[in-house]
Amino acid sequence: MEKMSRVTTALGGSTLTGRTMHCHLDAPANAISVCRDAAQVVVAGRSIFKIYAIEDEQFVEKLNLRVGRKPSLNLSCADVVWHQMDENLLATAATNGVVVTWNLGRPSRNKQDQLFTEHKRTVNKVCFHPTEAHVLLSGSQDGFMKCFDLRRKDSVSTFSGQSESVRDVQFSIRDYFTFASTFENGNVQLWDIRRPDRCERMFTAHNGPVFCCDWHPEDRGWLATGGRDKMVKVWDMTTHRAKEVHCVQTIASVARVKWRPECRHHLATCSMMVDHNIYVWDVRRPFVPAAMFEEHRDVTTGIAWRHPHDPSFLLSGSKDSTLCQHLFRDASQPVERANPEGLCYGLFGDLAFAAKESLVATESGRKPYAGDRRHPIFFKRKLDPAEPFVGLASSALSVFEIEPGSGSMSWFVDTAERYALAGRPLAELCDHNAKVARDLGRNQVAQTWTMLRIIYCSPGLASATSLNHSVGKGSSCGLPLMNSFNLKDMAPGLGSETRLDRSKGDTRSDTVLLDSSATLITNEDNEETEGSDVPADYLLGDVEGEEDELYLLDPEHAHPEDPEYVLPQEAFPLRHEIVDTPPGPEHLQDKADSPHVSGSEADAASLAPVDSSFSLLSVSHALHDTRLPPDFFSALVCDMLRFYAEQGDVQMAVSVLIVLGERVRKDIDEQTQEHWYTSYIDLLQRFCLWNVSNQVVKLSTSRAISCLNQASTTLHVNCSHCKRPMSSRGWVCDRCHRCASMCAVCHHVVKGLFVWCQGCSHGGHLQHIMKWLEGSSHCPAGCGHLCEYS
Amino acid sequence: MAEGENEVRWDGLCSRDSTTRETALENIKQTVLRKTEYLRSVKETPLRPSDGLSNAVSLDGLNKLLAHLLMLSKRCPFKDVREKSEFILKSVQELGIRIPRPLGHGPSRFIPEKEILQVGSEDTQMHTLFADSFAALGRLDNITLVMVFHPQYLESFLKTQHYLLQMDGPLPLHYRHYIGIMGLLKAEEHSWSLAELVHAVVLLTHYHSLASFTFGCGISPEIHCDGGHTFRPPSVSNYCICDITNGNHSVDEMQVNSAGNVSVSDSFFEVEALMEKMRQLQECRDEEEASQEEMASRFEIEKRESMFVFSSDDEEVTPARDVSRHFEDTSYGYKDFSRHGMHVPTFRVQDYCWEDHGYSLVNRLYPDVGQLIDEKFHIAYNLTYNTMAMHKDVDTSMLRRAIWNYIHCMFGIRYDDYDYGEINQLLDRSFKVYIKTVVCTPEKVTKRMYDSFWRQFKHSEKVHVNLLLIEARMQAELLYALRAITRYMT
Repeated sequence: MEKMSRVTTALGGSTLTGRTMHCHLDAPANAISVCRDAAQVVVAGRSIFKIYAIEDEQFVEKLNLRVGRKPSLNLSCADVVWHQMDENLLATAATNGVVVTWNLGRPSRNKQDQLFTEHKRTVNKVCFHPTEAHVLLSGSQDGFMKCFDLRRKDSVSTFSGQSESVRDVQFSIRDYFTFASTFENGNVQLWDIRRPDRCERMFTAHNGPVFCCDWHPEDRGWLATGGRDKMVKVWDMTTHRAKEVHCVQTIASVARVKWRPECRHHLATCSMMVDHNIYVWDVRRPFVPAAMFEEHRDVTTGIAWRHPHDPSFLLSGSKDSTLCQHLFRDASQPVERANPEGLCYGLFGDLAFAAKESLVATESGRKPYAGDRRHPIFFKRKLDPAEPFVGLASSALSVFEIEPGSGSMSWFVDTAERYALAGRPLAELCDHNAKVARDLGRNQVAQTWTMLRIIYCSPGLASATSLNHSVGKGSSCGLPLMNSFNLKDMAPGLGSETRLDRSKGDTRSDTVLLDSSATLITNEDNEETEGSDVPADYLLGDVEGEEDELYLLDPEHAHPEDPEYVLPQEAFPLRHEIVDTPPGPEHLQDKADSPHVSGSEADAASLAPVDSSFSLLSVSHALHDTRLPPDFFSALVCDMLRFYAEQGDVQMAVSVLIVLGERVRKDIDEQTQEHWYTSYIDLLQRFCLWNVSNQVVKLSTSRAISCLNQASTTLHVNCSHCKRPMSSRGWVCDRCHRCASMCAVCHHVVKGLFVWCQGCSHGGHLQHIMKWLEGSSHCPAGCGHLCEYS
Repeated sequence: MAEGENEVRWDGLCSRDSTTRETALENIKQTVLRKTEYLRSVKETPLRPSDGLSNAVSLDGLNKLLAHLLMLSKRCPFKDVREKSEFILKSVQELGIRIPRPLGHGPSRFIPEKEILQVGSEDTQMHTLFADSFAALGRLDNITLVMVFHPQYLESFLKTQHYLLQMDGPLPLHYRHYIGIMGLLKAEEHSWSLAELVHAVVLLTHYHSLASFTFGCGISPEIHCDGGHTFRPPSVSNYCICDITNGNHSVDEMQVNSAGNVSVSDSFFEVEALMEKMRQLQECRDEEEASQEEMASRFEIEKRESMFVFSSDDEEVTPARDVSRHFEDTSYGYKDFSRHGMHVPTFRVQDYCWEDHGYSLVNRLYPDVGQLIDEKFHIAYNLTYNTMAMHKDVDTSMLRRAIWNYIHCMFGIRYDDYDYGEINQLLDRSFKVYIKTVVCTPEKVTKRMYDSFWRQFKHSEKVHVNLLLIEARMQAELLYALRAITRYMT
C-alpha cells in the first residue's frame, strides 16, 4: 500500500495499471522505446515500425509508420528512440546507415521528418539528449559518432572512434555535456559534447565488443556496460580512473542493459543469442538473478521500463515477433527455487552443512544429533538493512567431524597401490591380488580373487594343490559348483530359520565394514542364498567353501563339513533338496534368477518333477564334464561385481573388470562400466593416487574413459623475464627470445622437470641438482644461498 | 635384413636442441648408408629371381627415405638439418644410387620460386613460425611457405588449425582428420551432438577454405610426396606433371609472359584506373545518393551476374586430380543461386552476423575457437600494407571491402549498408572470374586465370587477395551453418 502511494506521487497523480500481456507483431522487433506518457510504445525492426497504445488489458495498434508501397532500407531499423521531452518526436537508426527523425505531429500519413545520410555503415544506436529538445546523437559501424541539431540539415559535430565500430551511445542523465560510447574492441569512451577532437576518457571495459551501456538514473557516476563476454559491469565514473564496482556474470552475451527505476541496485538485461529470457539483477547478488521473465520464444531484442519512476512494468520486444508487458509481481524468482542448503565434504571426511538460520534453529531445538560428533559453528553476515535479501542472507553452518580413524581409508590406498592389474598371467594377477587383500585383512576380497583364479584359469594352469583340494573335498567330480551345493545342503542341516536370519544381519554389517572374517560370511552366504536378493553372495559363499584357507581359519565350521567327505555321492541329489525345502515366492524368484539353474538346461529340466527324493539324474552328465566353461560363471561374476559396486567397493569392481578383461566385459553394459571407472578414478584422484589413476585410465577399454588422460594435457607457463605467456614452447620465450628455465649446473635449457630452491629461485635438472647437492650445499648458481630442497 | 633396424625416426629432427637433431641425423645417415650398401651388394651379386621382389621393396623403401631427405634439405627451418640432409644425399649419390630432385617450380605453380621466401632467409618472427610449424608437422608445407608473405595472418592461421586438430575438443582426433579430408572433397557429414556438430562445421569450413587457398595459389605437391620429386635426370622432363594436367605447358607460360611484357603499359594503366575509380567513389559517395530500389537492384544484379561469371575456358579444363571418384553424389558441388529456378532468400547480415551472433554460438559450444576464428577474420579483413602494386600509402579498405562483400554476395549474403555498385566499378571481369573460381570451384583454377587478373600487382598482393577470399568464404559458410544451428536451438 505504501509502495503504491509512492508510485502515485512519482507519477504525478496517475497510477499505472495493467497486467502481464503480450501481442503479436507481424515481424521480428529490433528495438522498442516508450513515450514519456508511459501509455505508448514504439516497435521497430527490419520490416516493422509501429506504435502501440498500452491499455489495461491489451496492446492496441495505434499507428503504422511504414507507409508507401516501396520497401525502403531507410525503414529497416536497428534502433528506435522516443524523445523524453517531446511526445511527437522519434528517431530511428537504419541498417543502411541513415538516421531518420519522425514527427508524429505532421498532418500527412508519412510522418518522416528528416533524413541524415552521413554515416557510411549501419547505425547501431541513436540517443536524444535528455533535456535538450533538438539534440540527437548517433553511433555507427563506421566508427563515428555524430551529433545532430534537428534544426539544421547536417550534423553539428563528429566524434571519431578511430575506426572502431560504435555499438552504443548514451547521454549522461546528470551531466549535461557528457555522453558515453561503447566499441566493438571492448573500449568505453567518455566524451564532452563540446570537444569533438578527443575523448575525455577511455578504458577497456570488456573482452570483445561492448554491446550496450546505461547511465544510472540517480547515481551520477554509475555506468552499466554489457558485453559479448557475458558480463555486466557497473563502473564508478566519478573517480579519476573508472572503477569497476560491480560485476554480474550472465550465461550469454549481453545485448541490452537498463537500470530499474526506483531500485538503486537493480538492472534488467537481455541477450542476443541463445538465451531468450530477461533477467533483473541485483548487482550486489551477481550469481542469481532477482527476477526472470521467460515469456519470449526467441531472443529478446529490446527492453524498456514503462515509466522512469515505476519499477514494476517492463516492456520488451523480441525476434519471436511479440511485444510483451511484464509485471514484476509475475516474474519468476530463481532465488525461491534455489536450494538454500549447502552440503560439502571436507578433505578428511568432515561434513559441512549450511542452511537458513531459521531451519537450523528449530533443528537444534530438537537436538537430533546432540552429543558426540557435533560441532556446530555459526557464521552470521552483517546485515545491510537496505539489502533486499535479508531473509536469505543469514545462514547457519554446521560442521560434522569424523571420528579419528574410523573413516580411515588406508586399506583403499594400500590396495590401490599394490594391486597388479595387468602385465602378468591371469592366475598370477589373481594370486597376487588375493595376497594383497589378505595382507590387509580383507579376507572376503582375497577369497574372491582366489575364486576368480579357479574359475578362469584352466585346471592345467591352476596349481596342482588347489586342484587336488577341490577334488578331494568337493565330492567326486571336483567341480566348484557342485561343492557349493554340498555346502548348501548342509545349511539346513546346521541351523534353523532363526540362525539364518541372524547371520544375514551379520553379513550386512560385516560387508559394510569390509574387514569381517571371510569364514563368517562364507557360511552365512550359503544360507542366505536361499532367500537372498543378492546373487553375488551366492557365488562367494559357494566357491569359498572349497578353499582350504577357509577351513584353516574357521575350525568351527570346518566341522560340519566333514560329512561331505564321507558322503561324496550326495553331491548332486542335494541340489534338489534345496529347491524343495524352502517353499515360498522368494525362493522361486531366486531360482529363476539363478544362473546355476539356468546355466544347465538338463539340470533345470530335472528339477521340476523331483520332489525331495535323492535323484541322481544328472550325475553322469556332470561327471563327464569335468569342468564347466568359464562362461558358465560370467553372469555370476558380473553379479558379484555389481554387488561390490553396490557396497561401495568400486575398487574391487574395477580391478576385477580390468584383470578379467574380455572375459566379463561383454556381460556388463558400457554405461555401468563407465560409471564404475569414473567413480574409481575420482576416488583415486582424491587420494592423490595419480599414477594408479592413470594406469586405470590406460587399462580401461571404454572410450569415454580412455580419453580422460588425453584432455587438458597442456600446461601454460609465463616467461620469467617478461611475464608474458610462452605460447609456442615451454622453455623459450617468443617475445624476449630468452630461454626461461636454465639449469644452474649445466647451463642448458631445462625441458622436463625443473627443480628449484624456493629461497633463491635458482634450480635446474633434477639429476644435476641432486648430484650438486651431494658435494655442496651452496647454490650452484653462485649466489651464495644455502639451498634447501625438501 | 631385419626391418627393425631400418626404422627411421624423423621426430628427433623437430627438436630445438641442435645436439638432439645432430644425433637423429646421424642415425638417419647410418640407416640410409646401410640400406644403400645392401642394395649395392645385391646389385653386384648375380640376380636371383626370388630376390627381385624384395629388392624392389627395399629400393622403394630407400627411395622414400631419399625423398624425405630431399624435402628436409629444402624445407627445414634448421640450417644444420638442411646441410646434413644434402650431404647424406650426396654421399648416396657417390655410392652410385640415383637420388631424387624436386619437380616443378617451388611451393607454388603460379608464383615463380624466386619471388617466394627461401627457407633460411626468413627473419626472426618468420623463423619462429617456421620452427613451430616444423616441430608440429615435421615439415614446412608449401601452404605455409606461400602464406608467409603475410606472417601476421599465418601465425593466427596456424594457431587456429593446431587448435582445431590437436587440442581439446568434442570430436576425437581421427574424426577430425576424416572430416578434414571430407571437407577437401566437399562431402557431407552426419550430425552428432551440437558441440560436435559445431566442431565438424568449423573443420569443414576451414578445409573448404584451405582447398580454395591451395588451388587459388597453385600450391605444388609436397616435395616428398608423389608428384613432388623425380628420380629421372632433368633432361627427360622439364615441367611438372601438374602443369601438364592443368594445361600449363611451359610454352603456354612463355606466351603469357610475353603477353604480359607487351602490355606492361596497359596493366600499368589498369592500376592507375583502379585507383582513380577508388578516388571517385570516395568523393562522390556523399553527393550522389542512389535510391533504395536502385541499391537493392544493384545487389540483385551483382548476385545474378556472379552466377554467370565463369571462365570461358571453363569447359576445356579437367580437374588436376581426379577428385570426383571420392564423391558418392557426383552432382555434388557448388550450385548457383536460382540458376535452377528456385529462389534463395537473401541472407541479411544485419540480422545474423559473425560478430554478434556466430561468435557467441561457436564459443558457447566449442570454447575458445570462436575467439581464434574471430581473430583470424579480423586479421584477414584488416590486413593492409597501404600499397597497391607500385603505389604506396593507399587506403585500400574500399577495395578489400568490395572483395569481401562480393564473395558474400555470391553466397547470397547482403549488407544493407553497402552499395553493390562499387563492386562493378572496382572488380573487373577477369578478377571476378578468378574469385568465383577460387571460391566456388577451386579445382578449376588455372595459372592463366591467376596471371590474367591484376597483372601489375605483386605476388604477395595476390596471396593477400587469396587470404581475403578464403576467410570470406569461411565466414559465409559458417554464417549459414550457424544460423541453421541457432534456428534449431530456438
